[in-house]
Amino acid sequence: MTSSTSPRRRLAVALVPMALFVALVALLVFGLGNDPRKVPSPLVGKPVPEFRLPELTDPSRSVTDEDLRGRISLVNVWASWCNSCRAEHQALMALSESPDFQIVGLNWKDDAGDANRVLRMTGNPYDMNGYDPDNTVGIHWGVYGAPETFVVDHNGIIRHKHIGPIDRTVWEETLQPLIAQLKAEQ
Amino acid sequence: MPSPTHPIRSRGPSGVPARPTIRPAASRLSHRFAFRPPFWLRHALLALLLLGGIAAQAYTLEEFTFDSPEQQAEFRELIGKLRCLVCQNESLAGSQAELAQDLRNEVYRMMRAGQTQDEILDFLIARYGDFVLYEPPLKPSTYVLWFGPFVLIGIGAVFMVRALLRKKATPESDITDAERKRLQELLAADGGNTEKSS
Repeated sequence: MTSSTSPRRRLAVALVPMALFVALVALLVFGLGNDPRKVPSPLVGKPVPEFRLPELTDPSRSVTDEDLRGRISLVNVWASWCNSCRAEHQALMALSESPDFQIVGLNWKDDAGDANRVLRMTGNPYDMNGYDPDNTVGIHWGVYGAPETFVVDHNGIIRHKHIGPIDRTVWEETLQPLIAQLKAEQ
Repeated sequence: MPSPTHPIRSRGPSGVPARPTIRPAASRLSHRFAFRPPFWLRHALLALLLLGGIAAQAYTLEEFTFDSPEQQAEFRELIGKLRCLVCQNESLAGSQAELAQDLRNEVYRMMRAGQTQDEILDFLIARYGDFVLYEPPLKPSTYVLWFGPFVLIGIGAVFMVRALLRKKATPESDITDAERKRLQELLAADGGNTEKSS
């Protein structure tokens, strides 16, 4: 029966299941490293949604999508009830000193009193803050948790969405190179 | 008067038990939090917390009113198709998360404004991505997901059929012509018996 098939061919056939198994393991290892909570945003590459919100610290002013044009912006979704936001607050304070971009807050599902208290007590890294207690604008940005940070280029196009707090690693490996690239595009 | 010493408990030189070297956790805690609320305050706070639990209400479909039972059924169907992104294994229909409530309100508002199911789904997909749908849509990037299992079954079937056919075909080539002739002779000599027994 097997006299017709050469040993080389038999070896090749025997290696096929092995190769399939290795491929499957590779796929599963890749899956393990993937966080299912980080849902890719379909908004990347699209212009920022139109919006108009009262400014958190000064409700007589308003924050609109127009404020996100002409400069590189980090749009940071945060709330006073959000622990991870507190964790990234120091990072934002350090980043707020950079002249390359503005930091625009989206104060999400929060209470203005609580939010302003947090800014008074721990410092305010934001150039402006849209106050969105009822998630009317958040839905249009596809926000499903806090903190989330969008990188918006000077044309008002969303270029990246980061889910979770910004820390040194995120800044150095993802955001900083991207902002340098956007600056070069300007 | 010599007292019997316990073999495990060590004693200090003067006979008193040695002080434990590790301070109990309680005393360390009270060091850090200098203020310990009085008995009545602690219990009042606990009662307040428990009352809060009662006050936090679960959502029901009753808070949404509809013109007709069909409209209500459509709403139910729609929020059953959508995933709550906070608690990813729940649909909008089943989730008590705050975000799910926001999205339910938005779906309800859009439905009341006369938008079709497809328009509402497209609105949410444009903002939250395909992941907001419980059932992944059929498109080139999901072909593997939809057809992969059938392709694998097909490949398995091909291998199985080939293996079965080969097994059937082999015995004939295993004996030489001389052997076959001898076999037939033997069978012929014994022929009467086998026919009767079968």
